Amino acid sequence: MHQKSLVDLAADLRSGAYTSEELTRACLQRIRFHDKRLNSFVTVTDTQALAAAQAADAVIRAGNAGPLTGIPFAHKDIFCTNGVKTSCGSRMLDNFIAPYDATVTQKLLEAGAVMVGKTNMDEFAMGSSNETSFYGPVSNPWDETTVPGGSSGGSAAAVAARLVPASTGTDTGGSIRQPAALCGITGLKPTYGRVSRYGMIAFASSLDQGGPFARSAEDAAVMLGAMAGFDARDSTSVDRPVDDYVAQLSEPLQGLKIGLPKEYFGAGLDAAVGDAVAAAIEEFRKLGATVTDITLPNTHLSVPAYYVVAPAECSSNLSRFDGVRFGHRADNPQDLQDLYTRSRGEGFGSEVKRRILVGTYALSAGYYDAYYLKAQQVRHLIRDDFLQAFKQVDVIMGPTTPSVAFKLGEKADDPVSMYLSDIYTIAVNLAGLPAVSLPAGFCNGLPVGLQVIGNYFDESRLLNVGHQYQQVSDWHTRSPQGFE
Amino acid sequence: MEWETVIGLEIHTQLATKSKIFSGASTTYGAEPNTQACAVDLGLPGVLPVLNAEVVRMAAMFGLATHSTVAPRSVFARKNYFYPDLPKGYQISQFELPIVHDGYLDIDLEDGSSKRIGITRAHLEEDAGKSLHEAYLGKTGIDLNRAGTPLLEIVSEPDIRSAREAVAYMKKIHSLVRYLGISDGNMQEGSFRCDANVSMRPQGQAAFGTRAEIKNINSFRFVEQAINYEVERQTMLLEGGGTVVQETRLFDPDKHETRSMRSKEEANDYRYFPDPDLLPVELDEAFLASVRASLPELPDARKARLVSEYGLSEYDAGILTASRELADYFEAAVRAAAGAGKLTANWVIGELSAALRKDDRELADCPVSAAALGGLLLRIEDGTLSGKLAKQVFESMWKGEGSADEIIEQQGLKQISDSSAIEGIISGVLDSNPKQLEQYRGGQEKLFGFFVGQVMKATQGKANPKQVNELLRKLLDS
Repeated sequence: MHQKSLVDLAADLRSGAYTSEELTRACLQRIRFHDKRLNSFVTVTDTQALAAAQAADAVIRAGNAGPLTGIPFAHKDIFCTNGVKTSCGSRMLDNFIAPYDATVTQKLLEAGAVMVGKTNMDEFAMGSSNETSFYGPVSNPWDETTVPGGSSGGSAAAVAARLVPASTGTDTGGSIRQPAALCGITGLKPTYGRVSRYGMIAFASSLDQGGPFARSAEDAAVMLGAMAGFDARDSTSVDRPVDDYVAQLSEPLQGLKIGLPKEYFGAGLDAAVGDAVAAAIEEFRKLGATVTDITLPNTHLSVPAYYVVAPAECSSNLSRFDGVRFGHRADNPQDLQDLYTRSRGEGFGSEVKRRILVGTYALSAGYYDAYYLKAQQVRHLIRDDFLQAFKQVDVIMGPTTPSVAFKLGEKADDPVSMYLSDIYTIAVNLAGLPAVSLPAGFCNGLPVGLQVIGNYFDESRLLNVGHQYQQVSDWHTRSPQGFE
Repeated sequence: MEWETVIGLEIHTQLATKSKIFSGASTTYGAEPNTQACAVDLGLPGVLPVLNAEVVRMAAMFGLATHSTVAPRSVFARKNYFYPDLPKGYQISQFELPIVHDGYLDIDLEDGSSKRIGITRAHLEEDAGKSLHEAYLGKTGIDLNRAGTPLLEIVSEPDIRSAREAVAYMKKIHSLVRYLGISDGNMQEGSFRCDANVSMRPQGQAAFGTRAEIKNINSFRFVEQAINYEVERQTMLLEGGGTVVQETRLFDPDKHETRSMRSKEEANDYRYFPDPDLLPVELDEAFLASVRASLPELPDARKARLVSEYGLSEYDAGILTASRELADYFEAAVRAAAGAGKLTANWVIGELSAALRKDDRELADCPVSAAALGGLLLRIEDGTLSGKLAKQVFESMWKGEGSADEIIEQQGLKQISDSSAIEGIISGVLDSNPKQLEQYRGGQEKLFGFFVGQVMKATQGKANPKQVNELLRKLLDS
């Protein structure tokens, strides 16, 4: 059962091959059995999941099933879930039971999907290896001594290990695409404003975007269809109809114009990863696509600009964690200053503190113009690069990451090297574009991801490109050893 | 040395919306602590602000009413600082691009001249909650009902030169926001309060002196006292060769003095930056045109109209238009009194205002409606009541004894204006006082008053005094 795609599971549920309750029990059992090794879940919601599954079964029996009715999935622990701990991977929120549902939570609930738990993540989504989590690192199912990527490492590992058919993630600088690549699954970061941020704990508000993980583009299309849409509670969400992502999957790719930015294939790219990506692109040629070399000349500015904008916004977004109303509160505070200092000092981990400090500095009087304002100007340059490119091509392709999964602990003490693992993904967030990472081969037994970047609101095309590629490749069907 | 006082005011006015600036929670004053604070007001993880469109319309009204530019594009920014009653650790405000800027307001000075005070800017922001230091021993309680209440902060140019001018300006803004219906201006509830920036400079010097900022003053009287104290303090300091420190000060209304709160060195670096959760506010001409069309008649225009339409003095028209409620009352009373403008103005400014003051009542709960007052004034106009009787009727109306006509009927107060009846009464008086009549005719003209008194006594004061005078003179001198 666990090897079946989400689409096949939904068909089986409708046909009565098994019930959602049986399917959910199977998932819970796999989580219980395998997750001791992976640590991909922070919370498993057995009771709620079974109740939801039974409710879904009633809907299915009544003949009212939708494409997600009764399908088990996991939420990244950044989405608020009413009555369930929502930790954001932090000691700060270890005691936080969300009193409300995020819009994404609510939408998946309404779609009849069955949440089986909340997944591990880098603390407050700050990290690229899932090592900054208060709940400990997550292992990559392909090699348990390597990282699954981050920050949505738990969501990616759980799908790769076939614990759940799909999961949710968030992507601020690559936090969906990078772990999807490192875990050999499909992960899509939508256009900024396509998925509501209401109830998604903010890291960097102008960059954060929720999106799905699944094993295939087709399954991701079903998930995105349920997650996307305008939300009056999020002023940055865009009031625009949601495409039928499934309907366009089968469009042929004949005539598709692919752009390859030379900046994504230069120094720093692992040669074997480059080869795998080149081979994938060759498949697209065979499918009738044309390939053009393009340039995104301001690519080198994306990491520096990102590490000003994201920390600046996070320094402000995380101010609400002050020990006053919710979250970690220091014992016996002597006065207000002591309450703040110790609650925050104890509640936040070192990477979060590092970014709060950097961001506070970047916004300080006398530095604002040189850092924050300058970084915002760089964002315009980067966006213009992409807009220029999309005049010539339909999609942009390249590696999702410069190398495959690295060893746990390898980069934990070297933030700059860690930050560079997002070098190909960050510009997309700065520009607010949609992009998907697709499994595109292996290197030393570890998965390689192909990133496909689209124009604004072109999620349909990205999923179509992914699906067509997955008709002629089988990377996405491979399971890590021990999780078959 | 002669010192010149330089003052700029920052007025925080609470906008009269039903719900908060960025959430759907109610803004009603006085509810149980934390019963009007939703997830957004609490700053829970994951929540997002959504702008209440009504505050934009209200700010635009203020801008148009003060000859200001209403910005086609304004931006909300975060003002970052930690305080327990500030749930998000930042206040959403406007910084570089406020919604209203570069306007002015003319104030009337005591010598009858008027002065133009520049308005630098007016920006939208959310209020913080309230810390309750007294409620729990050794602990501080937080009430977030007020958190997220919409405020318009109106910043003046440093054009004000005295405490009196500051009060005149503040009163004018107070009247204006109430005219516009964008604030209830309730100062007890904190809906209208100000910070005063005060500095001194040698007369004739262009550069400003170092200023002190007096925070959170919530009455006209306190503004005057606080500024006067501050002017005296700074003058003494400067005269003594000292320097003024740039600092924030608090006014203590019990001691009538200002006290240092924090110096510039301790001031926060607010790390303002545009709030990424909110889109810029973009306003087009069509929106501004619709706001312009919705503006009520403003105090200055109304004052001019009262002068030209009813022949009132500038002074009286100024008093009547100081608040929209009073002006509305006046105009409703005039209509009911068939257009007797001057008489109505005298009654509203005199009798009515005195009665309100005496009973410590607001116009809103005045026992005599504008229509009822107009009914009384009609009876003065048509000669039914003398001025004296009218006051007597008014007192009865104030006590709720009925309309003017009912009271006149009940108390038999109708003025006697029938000439033949009055002549009859006069004849009777002359007949019963032959001695005085003889003396009068013998040259003691001051006895005229005696006869008037006798006639009024005989009529219980109801005879029309003017007619009594005329007829008496005629009969005595015939």
